[in-house]
Amino acid sequence: MIAASIAELAQALRAKRLSSVELTRGLLERIERYNATLNAFVTIDPQRALADARAADAVLARGDGGPLTGIAIAHKDVLVTAGMRSTCASRMLENYVSPFDAHVVAGLRAAGTVLVGKTNMDEFAMGSSSETSYFGPVRNPWNPGCVPGGSSGGSAAAIAARLVPAATGTDTGGSIRQPAALSGICGLKPTYGVCSRYGLIAFASSLDTPGPFAQTAEDCALLLNAMAGHDPRDSTSLERPREDYTRALGATLEGLRIGLPREYFGDGIDSDVAAAIAAALAEFRKLGAKTIDIALPNVKLSVPVYYVIAPAEASSNLSRFDGVRYGHRAAKYGDLADMYRKSRAEGFGAEVKRRILVGTYVLSHGYYDAYYLKAQQVRRLIADDFVRAFAQCDVIMGPTTPTAAFALGAKTGDPVQMYLNDIFTIAANLTGAPALSIPCGFDRNGLPVGLQIQGRAFDEATVLKVAHRFQQATDWHRRRPAEFAP
Amino acid sequence: MTISVADVHRIAHLARIEIDASEADEVRAKLDAIFAMINELAAIDTVGVVPMAHAQDVSLPLREDRVTEADRRALYQADAPAVEDGLYLVPKVIE
Repeated sequence: MIAASIAELAQALRAKRLSSVELTRGLLERIERYNATLNAFVTIDPQRALADARAADAVLARGDGGPLTGIAIAHKDVLVTAGMRSTCASRMLENYVSPFDAHVVAGLRAAGTVLVGKTNMDEFAMGSSSETSYFGPVRNPWNPGCVPGGSSGGSAAAIAARLVPAATGTDTGGSIRQPAALSGICGLKPTYGVCSRYGLIAFASSLDTPGPFAQTAEDCALLLNAMAGHDPRDSTSLERPREDYTRALGATLEGLRIGLPREYFGDGIDSDVAAAIAAALAEFRKLGAKTIDIALPNVKLSVPVYYVIAPAEASSNLSRFDGVRYGHRAAKYGDLADMYRKSRAEGFGAEVKRRILVGTYVLSHGYYDAYYLKAQQVRRLIADDFVRAFAQCDVIMGPTTPTAAFALGAKTGDPVQMYLNDIFTIAANLTGAPALSIPCGFDRNGLPVGLQIQGRAFDEATVLKVAHRFQQATDWHRRRPAEFAP
Repeated sequence: MTISVADVHRIAHLARIEIDASEADEVRAKLDAIFAMINELAAIDTVGVVPMAHAQDVSLPLREDRVTEADRRALYQADAPAVEDGLYLVPKVIE
């Protein structure tokens, strides 16, 4: 039972077959047992979790509460939580305790979830393997010698190992979908502006998007219901009527048009990944969908565009870490400028510094037009490709990543190789449209393969429906790594 | 175009990050590889293309110009490395 989905756990909680305290205690025991291996959590708070669980049980005893009441959850450590430290997996914020909750944290709390802790990640969400964490790398439950993906690797690994049924993540260039794929779970990047960024420690503000991780698409819909909504504290949060993201889950796929961009099926795709995607597409055809070949001629430029825009925005956002108001301050320094330089040199890891330097360079005098403006223009070309594609199809599918999980250390020496892992995921951040990764098979080494389903802006309901129908017809989402069996 | 060690020191200064001479070479080499990838963009024809700054074409909302936040200075300063009498302490700036 402890490894069940949110929807199943919610039923058991309401039928009193299980209490939230029992569920939470059981999961805390599993976290205690396995976290030393996986390093998925940077902070665990059993006392607070059990207090939350007792409160949830009281609500359930009255016959109140919703589908998330009493469900244990973890938050990526880039989302701030009042009363529980929020480190961003950085020495810079090792002891930082936010005075407030992030909007999505508050939404999930109001929905009755039980917070067990904060998950490990790439430092400041900059990475694709969760190896740049100040607290050491996260390991993949399917093979602890491999990375779980990143940057939200702790959240993904925790769910894959069934340490929690749900977790939050953030996705700036693939940081929800790529770890979901490499860890064999579901991860949704909602449309930009649907979930408030308030309390998300900013990396690249025009791309950062909070979203849910879970075992199933249905669970992601339940979580998104509690995370979405207008928030005046985020100037880019959109005012839209509230919607129920589960509303279309029961609908048919008859007549659904799936676009297959030729650029997602070319060279560089591992043959096992290609085979798993082909089998998934065959399943969708059986479910009544048809596939259409489409073209996204500029999508290959996503990576260079991203590595101008994201570092540029990061260099500006991370200038707030100066050792004055919060965060690390060097022990020894001379004048004020020296205090800044030393505090930032000590507080940030190598990848974060690299991106700040790239961003500083592209925004520096004389280079703005050649880099930042150029990247914004190419961003428009990529977005226009998607506008044309979505005139012909309802969703776009392809592999989430070119390969399954890679070994720890395999790409840490070569940033550009690491960056290329996000070649299929970055475009959805540039366009702002929703995209989901679901498990759809395994490679020759028994590592999971992810299928990416991209939708039109604000069409999460369709993306989730498509994934849900697939999960009703298949059982990839129910596979779990044997080593961490409950 | 390649990144020089002088470039590294210039941008490290702008970014207020101390980089000593022993690190500068490795930083330079990694940045050079990143810019080789980024420089693919230079060949793309973008004449007349309107830059896309943002995913949604919406204008920023305005609000009434009045104070909405309570005074929570003590709480906020609890996270600061050094404070005294409600002020953030930094090395002496003015002699």
